[in-house]
Amino acid sequence: MSEIQLKDNADQTILDVPAIKIQTDHHGAPHGYKRWLFSTNHKDIGTLYLWFSLTMFFIGGAMAMVIRAELFQPGLQLIEPNFFNQMTTSHGLIMVFGAVMPAFVGLANWMLPLMIGAPDMALPRMNNWSFWILPFAFSLLLLSLFTEGGGPNFGWTFYPPLSTQFSPDSTAMFVFSIHLMGISSIMGAINVIVTILNMRAPGMTLMKMPMFVWTWLITAFLLIAVMPVLAGAVTMILTDKYFGTSFFDAAGGGDPVLFQHIFWFFGHPEVYIMILPSFGIISAIVPAFARKQLFGYHSMVYATVSIAILSFTVWAHHMFTVGLPLAAELFFMYCTMLISVPTGVKIFNWIATLWRGSITFEVPMLFSLAFIVLFTIGGFSGLMLAITPADFQYHDTYFVVAHFHYVLVTGAVFSIMAAAYYWLPKWTGYMFNESLGKWHFWCSLISVNILFFPMHFLGLAGMPRRIPDYALQFADINKIVSIGGFLFGLSQIIFVAVVIMAVRGGKKAPSKPWEGAEGLEWTVPSPAPYHTFDTPPEVK
Amino acid sequence: MTTPKMKKQLRLLIFSVVGMFGFGFALVPLYDVFCDITGLNGKDYSRSTTVPVSSVDESRTVKVEFVTYLNKQLPWSFKPEIRSVVLHPGERYQVSFVAMNQSDQDTFGRAVPSISPGYGAQYLVKTECFCFQEQMLTANEEAMMPLIFYIDPNIPSDISTLTLAYTLFKNEPTEVAMR
Repeated sequence: MSEIQLKDNADQTILDVPAIKIQTDHHGAPHGYKRWLFSTNHKDIGTLYLWFSLTMFFIGGAMAMVIRAELFQPGLQLIEPNFFNQMTTSHGLIMVFGAVMPAFVGLANWMLPLMIGAPDMALPRMNNWSFWILPFAFSLLLLSLFTEGGGPNFGWTFYPPLSTQFSPDSTAMFVFSIHLMGISSIMGAINVIVTILNMRAPGMTLMKMPMFVWTWLITAFLLIAVMPVLAGAVTMILTDKYFGTSFFDAAGGGDPVLFQHIFWFFGHPEVYIMILPSFGIISAIVPAFARKQLFGYHSMVYATVSIAILSFTVWAHHMFTVGLPLAAELFFMYCTMLISVPTGVKIFNWIATLWRGSITFEVPMLFSLAFIVLFTIGGFSGLMLAITPADFQYHDTYFVVAHFHYVLVTGAVFSIMAAAYYWLPKWTGYMFNESLGKWHFWCSLISVNILFFPMHFLGLAGMPRRIPDYALQFADINKIVSIGGFLFGLSQIIFVAVVIMAVRGGKKAPSKPWEGAEGLEWTVPSPAPYHTFDTPPEVK
Repeated sequence: MTTPKMKKQLRLLIFSVVGMFGFGFALVPLYDVFCDITGLNGKDYSRSTTVPVSSVDESRTVKVEFVTYLNKQLPWSFKPEIRSVVLHPGERYQVSFVAMNQSDQDTFGRAVPSISPGYGAQYLVKTECFCFQEQMLTANEEAMMPLIFYIDPNIPSDISTLTLAYTLFKNEPTEVAMR
């Protein structure tokens, strides 16, 4: 076996690290609030993004707890239906734009320059700006909940006429907060592209870049392509509601179905924006703990590119029931099924990487393995939803809710957790508490399945999504789901404890705390000094 | 730190962002053109025509159903004279819709048609329709609104039923007065 490995290693990127250079903090971090407010340092901004994302994860999570508490038993117990709708809407918006996306941008900020051997991001001041817009965007969104008439209550997809004729007065606040989030993501994406294209260390060709860098490069292009379309969609909602235009109003010659086309033209690439960086993370962690080179690096890159391209040809699978012509339903059905091919390539490659590896089960690896299994379950339910005639049955039921939570929670969120555990020693300089991390993993794994798996059955039995009350036959399963929800919510407190403990101290982490880890980021000391790679490393 | 190459990339990227923002809006007319060419979304593109009626196809019949909806803001009642009719393709038929203004004010309405199945929309040919113009009803006035149409004999054989739905929307009086 060792022979095979040696042979494998022959064509692997070999990093030339002439006896770890001591990179001094020739001017260290400034002190006080100014360090954070005016920061142009990629590590500080990455940290800000990650803390922001964690905060939003808990705010969005609290809203999910409200939703599950109301659904604990049939009938209306705790909240008004209108408030329930505000909770589902805000939960979705906050988790998508506030938790998952900023977490990925934070990871990109921290890790991209370290992975490609750059001293910082290419456009550090814009980097500062793109982060500091976010607190304003989300304050605006959260404040709208306290206005008269309440916050957004039309679902995160804001279909008109719900979001135009029947929406609360605070809709303008919702629109502007989406504009700000969009500007922030676009600036982040521009920064990532320019950094990756210009600041790689000498010798690091595109096909030698780590998978996380590749997936982020492609994600950034997706962001550039679709976030402006979302901005256009919310602008049209704004003018339809407040300025008398009729983009989506049939009375004025518009068409509400047109909105769904525009929204999902953004919305479907958006789901790949939320999963491609995960693929990069898993492609970094699995080889590290299987102590083998990633299987099929090239096919991994091509699969990522094909997923990104195909993501523009499948949007109408979200709208099979609006009355599309047969030809369109077939086209979008086949294109959607086609996406499972490159995705399958990725899953295959990870499993092939694990095959005959010397696997150890540290916390990042546990989360990654759970990701592979559970994301695949989410992928399969997606395939079921892709079948047009079946979708007529599943559309807008809890089956859909189960599907996208499997890909977003046990997919995107689990990969972010894995990434946090994997790079935490590099960020803080201390090893985290391994046994507490394992507690976090097992509690999350068990509770997340109690939470989301029974939702499949609810959906197949016909329970619609986005309802505050339900028919009695759904009572038992909803109770189980709610208990799973509360347990999952509580489990995440362990994560906060692990992170805070690792920030405060613990066992000193070496520059490469994981035996099998590969990449430039492990050549700098832990914690990574304030300035790294002032002189670029040589990559052969 | 910013090299000319990076500036060029930046310009390109910002240009693409602006371009994609514009593309979002361009989808609006593109969508209409696409639907017009393909006739896919059940929008009714027939206009008042003088095309001679081709021969009546006695060998088959098509059922035409009439459905009416009222937009909440319009204080009218609106119903077809009959719910459905069975016709031979090519046969000309007149049906009336009864509308009544139930408020004490003169109001303007406009009917927006939709035909399903969508791909059958182009075969329902209207020669005269109240939906071609705005309608005005004075306070408590009742009116019969005529529609004359025929089914194009080229209609595919798998279509045995066409549903013609009208939604009456309120029109702003100022808008009509200006015309």
